[in-house]
Amino acid sequence: MTYDDVKSILVLLALLVAGGIFLRRVYQLLWANLRLGQRSNPFNRWGERIKGVFIYVAGQFRLFRVLIPGTGHFFIFWGFLILSLTILQAIVEGLVSFANPHFLLPLIGSFGALALLQDLFAVLVIIAVIYALVVRLIVNPKRYLGSHKSQGVMVLMFIFTIMLSLLVMNGIRINLGQDPLQVWRPISTAVGKIFSGAAAGTQQVIKEIAYWTHLGVVLLFLTELPEGKHFHVVTSVPAVLLRNLEPHGRLPAATDLNGQVGVSKIEQFRWRQMFDFYTCTECGRCQDVCPAYASGLPLSPKLLMMGLRDNLKERGAALRAHAPNSTTQATLARTLVGDVISESVLWACTTCFACDQECPLFIEHISPIVDMRRFLVIEGRVGTELQDALANLGRYGNSFGQSERMRARWTQPIQPPIKDARREAVEYLWFVGDYASYSPTLTDVTVKTAEVFHKAGLDFGILYDSERNAGNDVRRVGEEGLFEMLVEKNSMALSKCNYQAIVTTDPHTYNTLKNEYPRNGDEPRPVLHYAELLDQLITAGKLKFSKKLGYKVTYHDPCYLGRYNGIYDAPRRVIEATGCELIEMPRHKDGSACCGAGGGRIWMAEGEIQERPSESRIREAVKLGGVTTFVVACPKDISMFRDAVKTTGNESRLEVKDLIELVHAAL
Amino acid sequence: MNIVILVKLVPDLVEELTIDSSGVALDTAWLRLIINEFDDHAIEQGILLKERGGGQVTVVAPDIEGVDDVLFTAAAKGADRLIKVKGDFTGVNNHALARAFTAVVKELQPDLMLTGVQANNDLDGSVGPLLAGCLEMPYVGYISGVSLNEGKSKVRKEYPGGLIAEMDVTLPAVLGIQAAEQPPRYVAVSKVRQMMKTSTIEERTVSGLDMVGGPTIGRMFKTEAGQHATMLTGSPDEVAAKLVGIFKELGVL
Amino acid sequence: MSQDIYVVIEHLRGQVSEISFVMLAGARDLVKGLGGNVVAVLLGHDAQGLAGNLAADKVLYFDHPALAEFTSDAYQKVLIGLISKDQPRVILFGSTSIGTDMASTLSIKLGLPMVSSCRSFSAGGKFVSQICGGKIMVEGDLPGPTALVTMVPGGYKAEQGQSAQSPAITLVDVPALESLRVTLANYIEPEAGDVDIAKEPVLVSVGRGIQNQDNIVLAEELAKALGGVVSGSRPVIDQGWLATSRLVGKSGKSVKPKVYLAFGISGAPEHVEGITNSDTIIAINTDPAAPIFGVAKYGSEIDLFDLIEVLTEKVKQSKGG
Repeated sequence: MTYDDVKSILVLLALLVAGGIFLRRVYQLLWANLRLGQRSNPFNRWGERIKGVFIYVAGQFRLFRVLIPGTGHFFIFWGFLILSLTILQAIVEGLVSFANPHFLLPLIGSFGALALLQDLFAVLVIIAVIYALVVRLIVNPKRYLGSHKSQGVMVLMFIFTIMLSLLVMNGIRINLGQDPLQVWRPISTAVGKIFSGAAAGTQQVIKEIAYWTHLGVVLLFLTELPEGKHFHVVTSVPAVLLRNLEPHGRLPAATDLNGQVGVSKIEQFRWRQMFDFYTCTECGRCQDVCPAYASGLPLSPKLLMMGLRDNLKERGAALRAHAPNSTTQATLARTLVGDVISESVLWACTTCFACDQECPLFIEHISPIVDMRRFLVIEGRVGTELQDALANLGRYGNSFGQSERMRARWTQPIQPPIKDARREAVEYLWFVGDYASYSPTLTDVTVKTAEVFHKAGLDFGILYDSERNAGNDVRRVGEEGLFEMLVEKNSMALSKCNYQAIVTTDPHTYNTLKNEYPRNGDEPRPVLHYAELLDQLITAGKLKFSKKLGYKVTYHDPCYLGRYNGIYDAPRRVIEATGCELIEMPRHKDGSACCGAGGGRIWMAEGEIQERPSESRIREAVKLGGVTTFVVACPKDISMFRDAVKTTGNESRLEVKDLIELVHAAL
Repeated sequence: MNIVILVKLVPDLVEELTIDSSGVALDTAWLRLIINEFDDHAIEQGILLKERGGGQVTVVAPDIEGVDDVLFTAAAKGADRLIKVKGDFTGVNNHALARAFTAVVKELQPDLMLTGVQANNDLDGSVGPLLAGCLEMPYVGYISGVSLNEGKSKVRKEYPGGLIAEMDVTLPAVLGIQAAEQPPRYVAVSKVRQMMKTSTIEERTVSGLDMVGGPTIGRMFKTEAGQHATMLTGSPDEVAAKLVGIFKELGVL
Repeated sequence: MSQDIYVVIEHLRGQVSEISFVMLAGARDLVKGLGGNVVAVLLGHDAQGLAGNLAADKVLYFDHPALAEFTSDAYQKVLIGLISKDQPRVILFGSTSIGTDMASTLSIKLGLPMVSSCRSFSAGGKFVSQICGGKIMVEGDLPGPTALVTMVPGGYKAEQGQSAQSPAITLVDVPALESLRVTLANYIEPEAGDVDIAKEPVLVSVGRGIQNQDNIVLAEELAKALGGVVSGSRPVIDQGWLATSRLVGKSGKSVKPKVYLAFGISGAPEHVEGITNSDTIIAINTDPAAPIFGVAKYGSEIDLFDLIEVLTEKVKQSKGG
C-alpha cells in the first residue's frame, strides 16, 4: 500500500462521511421540515424568475446597496463559483491518486485562461475575506447586533484557509515542475517562491499537508453549511427563483390560505415562507432600515427571521422525533407567539416594506408578521387602543368612532356641491379616506383638494356616507374578517356607481384599492393617487399655474406610494411645476424613512420609544440647509409630521404642507 | 353553574338624537341600536365565571334590529346558548321586557342571572331588579366583581368614592353589573362570522307585552342647556393665551 | 292613601348621603302642588342621630341590627310593609347603588308604577327625567295611585333639603328579618391614593378624548404647571390609565376645585354629578354638542392635542418669566 493508495481511500471515506452528513442534514431541513408546512401557491412566470436569478444572484444586484461590503461579497461569491472547480479538481485528484497522483481534469485542467482567473480570484477572495474580518472584528457595525458573529468569523477563516492552502499547493506544484499551466498562475508562482529554498522532498510533504488542509477544511465547511446562516449558499438560487412576483402591496387572502388564517405554530406557515427562514444570512441590512428598530422598539426583521428559523429547526426535529422525551416535550410546549416571538415585536411593525426591499435574497418579513398578527386578533390578544379602533371600524366604518353621516360633513361649505357618485355618473370617483374626511385638522386640505379638482375642470364625485375605511391597515393589523367586511361594503357601493377611474387622497387607500380589491372584468378601471392625477393634468395642460412659488422644499415619499407602488417621479414633477426647488433628504425615494403610522400603529399605544420615526425624519429635513417646507402626499403624514415638528421644536424652521397645498397656492 | 345573561339594545349616543312627530318618542329614522354597554360587561363577567368555574352561559335578548349580531358576538366570546325573544318591542318599556324575560328564564332555571345595572334609555327602572321582582329572587346592583361557590355568591358592590361593599348573596339571584372584572374582550370579525354559520339562535315567543308599571310620557324634548359656556376661539396659541388670562383672573396663576 | 311624599333616606357608615337632601328638597317642591307632608323614612340601627338635619315634616324610623348598613333584601322587606300600609302618593329613592337596588323590585312586588332618573318636578306635579346620557328630557304626569321615583342630583340643591331643626321621629315596628338572602360581609376601603382629588384646588381632568395612556403625561405636565393634579372620568379609570382614587363622578369622588379643566370629557350626567361644586369649569371638546358645555363656564372646540402643550408652555412662561 503506497501513500497514494491510502490517499485515495481516505479521500473517498472523507467524501462519503462529509457528503453523507451534508445530504442527511439537507434532507432533514429542506424536505422533512418543509413537508410539515402548508402548501404554497404554484409558481409561474418562469422567464421573469430566471432573469431574476441572473440579475440578483449572478449579478448580486441588491448587495451593492451597501457598496463596499457588497463588492466584497461579489468577489467572494464569484470566487466561490470559479474556484469550486479547483475543489472538484482536488477531490477527483485525491480519489484517483492510487492510479495517477498527478491527474488533471480534462478540459478544465488545460484551460489556461481559467487558471489565470482562478489565481486572480484567489487573491481577490483573500482580500475580501480580510476586509470582512476587519468589519466584523474591528468596525463591528450595528447591523450585526444579534447576528452569530463567531459563526461568520469561523467561515471566513475556513475560506481564507482554503484559498491559502490552494495557493501553497499550486505554488509548490509549480516549483516541482508538475504544473503544465504554470505560466497562467503568477500568484501561485509567487507563493511558491516562499518554499523554493526547501528540498524537493520537504516541498512535497508541505504540498500534501496543504492538500489535506485544503480538502479537510472544504469538507468541514460542507458539514457546517446547513447550520445557521451559511445555508443560504444552498437556498439562495431557489429563493430568488421562487420569489414573490405579486404586487408588493398585496397580502395573501383567506382564500389563498386554505382556511389556515393566522399562524401560532411554525408548521402553520407555508413551506415557501419556511424556505425564507433558512435563507436569512444575518446580514442585518433589514435591521438597519427598519424604522421600528431605529426608534428603540423590540422588532428587528433579522432577529425575527433568525428566531423563526431556529424554531423551525428545533420544533421540526421534535415533531419528527421517533422517541419523544421530556426535552422534545419541552420544545413542543414552547409557543411561537409568546415564547419565541413576543407580542410586542409583532405589533411594532409599521409594514413600511423597507426590510423586504432591502433583503438581497427577497426574504419576506412582513408576511409572517401579518400571519402571526392574524392569530393574535383571532385570539383577542389585542391592546385596548387597537381594540377600540377596530370596534369603531366595525361599527362605524372609521376609526374615529364617528357616525357615517358625519363622513361628508367637510363638503358642506363647498360650492358648487360635490357630485354624489352614487346618483350621477362621474369620470373620477374620489375615494376620500377616513383621515381626510374626519380629522378636524385635516379637512381644510381636503377642501383644497376639491377646489383644485374643480379648477382643473375635473368631472368627479364622492361616495358620501357610503364610503368606508378601505381596509389597508385593518388587513395589516391582522383583522382579516373585518377587512373582508369593509371590502364587501365598499365594493357594493362602488359597483352601483358609474365611473371611469378612482382617485384617492391617501396612499394606503390607493394601495389596497389598486392591489387587493377584487378586479371586475378583464379591464379593471385605473386607480390613481392624486399625485399621479395632478401630474397627468399638468402634462395635459388642464391644470395651469399662475405663479411660481419659489419655496425651497423637501419631499417625503410615503411608504405606500413609493416603495410599495413605485410612484416617485409624478409628485416630483408636480412640485417642479409649482415652481418650487426640491432638495432631497439623504433617505429619499425607495430609501424614504417611514413616519411610523402604518401597519395600524397610528391606532396603537406608542410603547417604549426612544426616538419617534417622525421626529428622526424631521431632524433629517432640518439639516438640509434652507429648506422651509416639508412636502407630503398622505393625510396621516401631515398629522404625524406636524406633531413631530412641534415636539422637536422646529416650528419656526419647517412647515409641513401637503402636495395639494402647493398646487392650490400656485393656481 | 347555569348562568343566564339578559341583554337589551339601546340607542347609540354617537348619532344625533331627534324626537319624532308624536313628541313623545325618539325618531327611529337615524337611530342606531347597539348593545347596552353594561350588558356587554355582564356578558364578559358571565364568560369569565364560566372560564373559571365551568358551567353554561345562555344569552337572552329581545328581537330588535341588530340582535343577531349581538348574539353571535356573544357566542364568539364563549356563550353556549343564544335565545331571541320574539314580539313587537317597539316603544316597549323595561317592565314589559322584564316580564317577557321572566317566562324564558323560568324555563332555563339558572343559578345566576346577570344584566347591566342600567341602560341609557331606562325610564321605568332597570331590567335587572324588575326581573328579580318577577322571579322573587334577590337582586344586588352596581357589581364589579363576582365569585361563586356552592349555592352562594360573594359580590363586590360599588359605592361612591371607590368604597366597595362585599356582600353574600344566596343563589339563584339577579346581579346588576356595573363593570366586569376585565374590560369586554375583543372578538375577531371572522369568529363572529363563523358563529353565524355554526351557531343557532333559539326563539321564544311572547304574546302580549305588558307595559303596566311604567310612566306615560307627556312630552319628550332635547335637553336645553340653561346656560352655555362662553366659547373661546382662535388658534391654539390664542386660546391658550386667553386661558392663561382666565387662570390669572381666578387667582390660580 | 295619602298625599304624603315619602323619602327613603340613604346613609353609609354613619353619614347621610347628599342625594337624601336633594330628594327632600324635591319632596318639598312636590308638596307645594300636591299638598301632604314630607316624610323621611330612615332604616338603621342606633341611627336616630342621622335624622338631625333632615328637612322633613316627620321621620319614620325603623331600628334593627340587620338594618345597620344597607342590604337590599332587609330594606325591601321593611319598605314593602310600610308602603302597603301607608300608601303614600310618591316614594322617592336615590338613583344610586342603594336606591336602585330596591325601587324597581318594589314596583313589581307591590304592583305600583315607577319613574326613574327624575331630575326635578315641574308645575302640576309632573316628573322631569333625563335619559340618553343627559341628551333627552322626558316630562309626564306622576302615575298613581302611588308612584315610586328614583332621583338623580342636579335639579335641587342639597342645602334646600337640610333643616336646622330636627323633625319629630316616630319609631316604627320592624317586621321579622330572617332568612335574608343578601348580607353584608365587609367594606373595602378605596385605595388610599397619593392624592385626595377632593382637596385639590386645580384639577386637569381627562376623558375618552385623551385616547390612550401615553397621552396622560400631557395632562400631568399641565397639572404640575398649574399646581394641581390629574383626575379622570370613568372610561379612563376603567382602562386602568389612572388609579381609582382619581375618578370623578357618581361612582368616584365629588370634587370642589377652584378650576376644573375637562379635556375630552363629554359631560355625561354620571360625571357631571361629581363636578357641580367646582368654582369654574372649563371644557375642551371637539364636539360642539357635548353636554359638558352646558355646565362649563368657558369652553373651546379646539382639539385638546393642539392646545395642551401650548397651554402648558404659556403657563410655565407666565410663572417663570
